[in-house]
Amino acid sequence: MLPPPTVRVGPIRWLKENLFSTWYNTLLTFLALAFIYAVLKGVLAWALTQADWAVIPPNLKLLLVGFYPQGELWRIWIGLYLILGLVGLSAGIWGKLLRDAVVLIGSAVILLGLVLWLTNWGELLWLTGLAVTMFGGIGLGWLVRSKLGSPKSWKRSLMVLWLLAPVLVILLLTGAPGILTSVPTTQWGGLLLTYALAIVSIFLSFPLGVLLALGRRSALPVIRWFSIGYIEVIRGVPLITVLFMASLMLPLFLPSSWRVDHVIRAITAFTLFTAAYVAENVRGGLQAVPYGHIDAARALGLNPLLTTALIVLPQALRAVIPANVGQFISLFKDTSLVFIVPLLDFLGIALDVIKDPKWGGPASEMLLFVALMYWMFTYFMSHMSRRLEKALGVGER
Amino acid sequence: MSRSSSGRSLAFWRDVRVVRIAMQLVFLAALALFVYWLYSNYVVNTRRFNFGFDFVSSTAGFTVSEGLAHERTDSNGKLFLVGLLNSLRVIIIGIVLASLLGLIAGVSRLSDNWLICRIATIYIETIRNTPLLVQLFFWYTAVFLKLPLVHESIALPGAIYLSQRGLVLPKPYLTDGVELWRWFLLAGALVGLVVYIARRVHLARAERPGSPFLWGVGVFGGIAALGWWISPQHPVAWEAAELGRFNFQGGLQLSPEFVAVLLGLVIYTGAFIAEIVRAGILAVSKGQREAALAVGLTRIQTLRLVILPQALRVIVPPVTSQYLNLAKNSSLAVAVGFPDLFNVAGTIINKTGREVEMILAIMGSYLTMSLLTSLFMNWYNRRIRFVER
Repeated sequence: MLPPPTVRVGPIRWLKENLFSTWYNTLLTFLALAFIYAVLKGVLAWALTQADWAVIPPNLKLLLVGFYPQGELWRIWIGLYLILGLVGLSAGIWGKLLRDAVVLIGSAVILLGLVLWLTNWGELLWLTGLAVTMFGGIGLGWLVRSKLGSPKSWKRSLMVLWLLAPVLVILLLTGAPGILTSVPTTQWGGLLLTYALAIVSIFLSFPLGVLLALGRRSALPVIRWFSIGYIEVIRGVPLITVLFMASLMLPLFLPSSWRVDHVIRAITAFTLFTAAYVAENVRGGLQAVPYGHIDAARALGLNPLLTTALIVLPQALRAVIPANVGQFISLFKDTSLVFIVPLLDFLGIALDVIKDPKWGGPASEMLLFVALMYWMFTYFMSHMSRRLEKALGVGER
Repeated sequence: MSRSSSGRSLAFWRDVRVVRIAMQLVFLAALALFVYWLYSNYVVNTRRFNFGFDFVSSTAGFTVSEGLAHERTDSNGKLFLVGLLNSLRVIIIGIVLASLLGLIAGVSRLSDNWLICRIATIYIETIRNTPLLVQLFFWYTAVFLKLPLVHESIALPGAIYLSQRGLVLPKPYLTDGVELWRWFLLAGALVGLVVYIARRVHLARAERPGSPFLWGVGVFGGIAALGWWISPQHPVAWEAAELGRFNFQGGLQLSPEFVAVLLGLVIYTGAFIAEIVRAGILAVSKGQREAALAVGLTRIQTLRLVILPQALRVIVPPVTSQYLNLAKNSSLAVAVGFPDLFNVAGTIINKTGREVEMILAIMGSYLTMSLLTSLFMNWYNRRIRFVER
């Protein structure tokens, strides 16, 4: 059989088909061109002549890590090395899926490098080391894959590393008594705090969400109604009220000897809030497990607990990974709400810089920079989640 | 089931019925203990036993910048109501505008026109991937607060003015002409209803597709327009704002906080709705459209009778949750100082120190709003749902 003929489309033909196919399309094209012209003209004129981008480099350290002590910054770098080395290694071993991740993280590193270029040689050196670590990781992973074969066991040990890495990084950042001087969370801030809040909360909310989802499908009415009540109440109120509640009422409802700092309060709120949403996602996955599988497990003599743990949950959780990545993205964006608890996350620091009379209120510049950074990370994550969805074949089997 | 085959009775701790009840009792007991522990801490920490809502009727002692008319001497409850109404104003207008924007952007993203499609894609991908709070701060601090002073307002066509003090629109008001026009409206409604019913019966009998509703509305509009033309004075006129010594007089004045919150919410939620609309339209299989055209329906009829009813079924449930998100996100208005429910409640907490009671009140209000919205949307969803035969 012959393949279908390939059609070569010349530029004029393309224009005619895509922009001027009918009279109203032509009109729309001209309107769109006028719109683009007006917007670009305004934005470019502002960005190139009026905007004062010089405010960003001197505040960059503040924006990225807050008041983390200057002498302890190496810990953050080491943490980054650990994570990015792991990303590189996984990219090397996994191949297709994570290669995009590397490209995107690489461009983020380059962007930061450009911002840092004129300011600090020491940090530039660290940054170069970062790129070297990541690409070294890729090379190593690729070597492992091509020389040692059997990537299956390697993938499993990588998974363990991925689970261990966040714990290690957090220990590194907070400090362990006796080994590293501790850095109290009051000194955390900026992008570091944003990430810490999002990652810790999603890790904690996941098991809670799974329990709630199982509770909602439980045969025991008391547990079922408790879960339904919890999920529906939390989903019905804004996150900001939960945060507000945690910041005001946790100290009221806990013994006065427990001193709960603001980061813990915020994490509690994010965890309790996200758990309800994770529960609904997981419930969707639970419903997707065919009854035949449960019947078969019971017929083989597994008790309900084992049926859930060995048959239902593995299938359900695999199906809801993309939905939970989406949840993580929205949690990442929502961490900006910590302005209600006195915490200085990425946005909080930017707002502080805007308020500082020293800089003359560079609102547009700072907010656009913040928006760009958020955008890069969330766009990257949603891109990865789409790839992950394809790789897992959700909805295709 | 509870007896084994040999006739020995099963030990009670292995009896499923007993275990079930016992587990629930244990759970309840643990929950009760936990709540009691929290409560006893609360009592110790606050040294207060007078949980109650008596402070609602006491004098608030503060005012907020906009909303229902109120005094410093009004009660806390009244102030709470002011905040609630402000929230509702943002939510309702926001939902309508966000739906419109979402529909336009979603359809644009499927447009044949390459430029339009790109613009819509950039809008959606930019807005969806940045936090709403950043956008709200951007609209407020980087756009509205940087606008010119009142005396150098940007004048847009149609007596619309933009300045640091917000947006000023012409305000519609009723003139004496409405006395006569009122009867035309009534007559139009009656005749329109009759035409609608007649057309509907006729179409049903002829077994033809068509839209009796459009006929009814058309007849009503025609009669109303006739009345408008006949009236000695136009029944509705526009009152344009005029620049006084210090500020605009008259017209419809919207504060910069209100406009910033509304703009932020509409643009943010619109991007999410656009994606839902796009997914809904794409979910209708191509064959449906081709079949409809093949049996001789016009393009408009295809869209109205074949594509949209099927797309709506996919669109309505996720759009409902976007509406709920908009309602909940309206609480971020506190960030730009718009006196919404959450903001006012926060001030009341600072004044009275009744955290627990006020947080219960806030949560109750949002829960009620969410519940009402989802009840309405579920009702609508049931109406348009696919009826399996």
